Amino acid sequence: MATQRLQYERPLIQRVNTGILNKFGTRTEYAPFTHIDGVSVKSLISEFGSPLFVLSEKNIREKYQEANRAFKTRYPKVQFAWSYKTNYINAVCNIFHQEGSWAEVVSGFEYQKALKNGVPGNKIIFNGPDKTDEEITLAIQNKSPLHIDHLDELYRVTEIATELNIRPEVAIRVNMDTGIYPMWDRFGFNYENGQAWDAINKIILSDKLELTGLHCHIGTFMLSPSAYAVAASKMSDLAIGVLQKHNIKIKYIDMGGGFASRNTLKGAYLQGVDTSPSFDQFAEAICTAILNAGFHKDDLPLLILETGRALVDEAGYLLGSVISNKRLSDGRRATIMDFGVNVLFTAFWYDHKITPAQEFSHYTEDTVMYGPLCMNIDVVRETCTLPPLKKGDHVVVHTVGAYNMTQWMQFISLRPPVILIDRNGKPQIIRKRETIQSIEMEEILPAQLKDFKL
Amino acid sequence: MKIRNNIALSDSGFIFDPSTGDSFSLNPIGLEILRMLKSGKDKSFILTYMVDTYQTDMETAEKDYDDFMGMLTQFHLLQEK
Ligand SMILES: Cc1ncc(COP(=O)(O)O)c(C=O)c1O
Repeated sequence: MATQRLQYERPLIQRVNTGILNKFGTRTEYAPFTHIDGVSVKSLISEFGSPLFVLSEKNIREKYQEANRAFKTRYPKVQFAWSYKTNYINAVCNIFHQEGSWAEVVSGFEYQKALKNGVPGNKIIFNGPDKTDEEITLAIQNKSPLHIDHLDELYRVTEIATELNIRPEVAIRVNMDTGIYPMWDRFGFNYENGQAWDAINKIILSDKLELTGLHCHIGTFMLSPSAYAVAASKMSDLAIGVLQKHNIKIKYIDMGGGFASRNTLKGAYLQGVDTSPSFDQFAEAICTAILNAGFHKDDLPLLILETGRALVDEAGYLLGSVISNKRLSDGRRATIMDFGVNVLFTAFWYDHKITPAQEFSHYTEDTVMYGPLCMNIDVVRETCTLPPLKKGDHVVVHTVGAYNMTQWMQFISLRPPVILIDRNGKPQIIRKRETIQSIEMEEILPAQLKDFKL
Repeated sequence: MKIRNNIALSDSGFIFDPSTGDSFSLNPIGLEILRMLKSGKDKSFILTYMVDTYQTDMETAEKDYDDFMGMLTQFHLLQEK
């Protein structure tokens, strides 16, 4: 008679650190996460392979609507513009466009993407310090709001507009002290030292460009709504000053992006879910500052927001599998995953929440999580608390929807596919797994290098 | 390899090292192995027991056993030879 053998689990021993708060693991962290919008992680991996990016359409729309509501209930004229660099997979951009977002781009490449997606030229905001003559020309012809970053660009835009005999609508990017360190003063014209006024005066006096907006982007992953209050007051001051001095109404104030997502910055003691301010808090700070700045009610400018990571980060998951377990020479456990910093670029900034994708007992151990790249920098988590994973087990990395699918590197291996779970719970491929052809398509092998003998 | 004599073992899976004041927690299989070690069972006995009792194979059981022993050494819980 065969006896039923019991479920096996690797033997574990852990030192108990009584009284010391465990900085890295939380209970919720190792609770298994088995489904995304009702679709099982297991079935996703068996159908599309591992590693795999998964995005939730439902979550993107909900986040957008939450943000939009937070601002629209506090201020009469609000417009979001989707920050392409945060995630420019067309399917993602078009979800935002369907929700009503314009496009915000920082390069000719992104500009082309927005045009191809069908965004009208006058709803593509063109930011960034590096616009070529061709790009400036195209943007002027398409009536896209050009956000001028520096004086050289101001002169060039003026020259091109003169040649084209078009009077384009422009804004200037303003940087300022909002009490946040480090101050982002590399982009735009400074408020405190008068550069911003200088640029404004030059634009208005030359009479070749129409100053319609003021733009700022005070930083990224900002945890402080009060910094936005300061920025919104300074922007409003400028706009009111322009009206008083030149009798020109600034049509819009663009507050840029930068709201923190619910991720945990490396070295932060508390989890991002607990510390990141809500859209309501940011909206309250910004809208109150503009409403109290002294605009006549009919002159209130349109408020534009270029929110990126806070809108899409939470919708994204990276699914992966354990390749191997190791014990490091100092006794720490190490888990090698089939994804590394090549696809999870944000592992450089965040302690991403990582959960197992299958049920386990409640015993856990601390582990270093490495990727498969043969390099020391390939650390996904310096330490995280997980149940005893074995080869082939799956994990879910959370809150990866922002910047990974644009900053990922094609290094050693091919980039994984991206799946969108639509509102009916149906997984759809929105970016195919790369193939060797997609990489080699751009290579040219000179004739003399075609053959060799070994 | 034996566990040091003065190591205290509780039923619920905690052990206490009076010489350092350190406590450790174990999962049930870890605790079982520790008990067997304490009562003087050797590696081959323990591995046979593991394969008979649990859904695992000799190779996995041995790999995990060696790893576990490595941790006991790391935590100075084994008798010096
Ligand atoms: C000009 C501009 N707008 C918007 C964004 C989006 O920022 P975030 O993803 O922090 O919201 C960025 C990102 O750096 C940016 O440079």
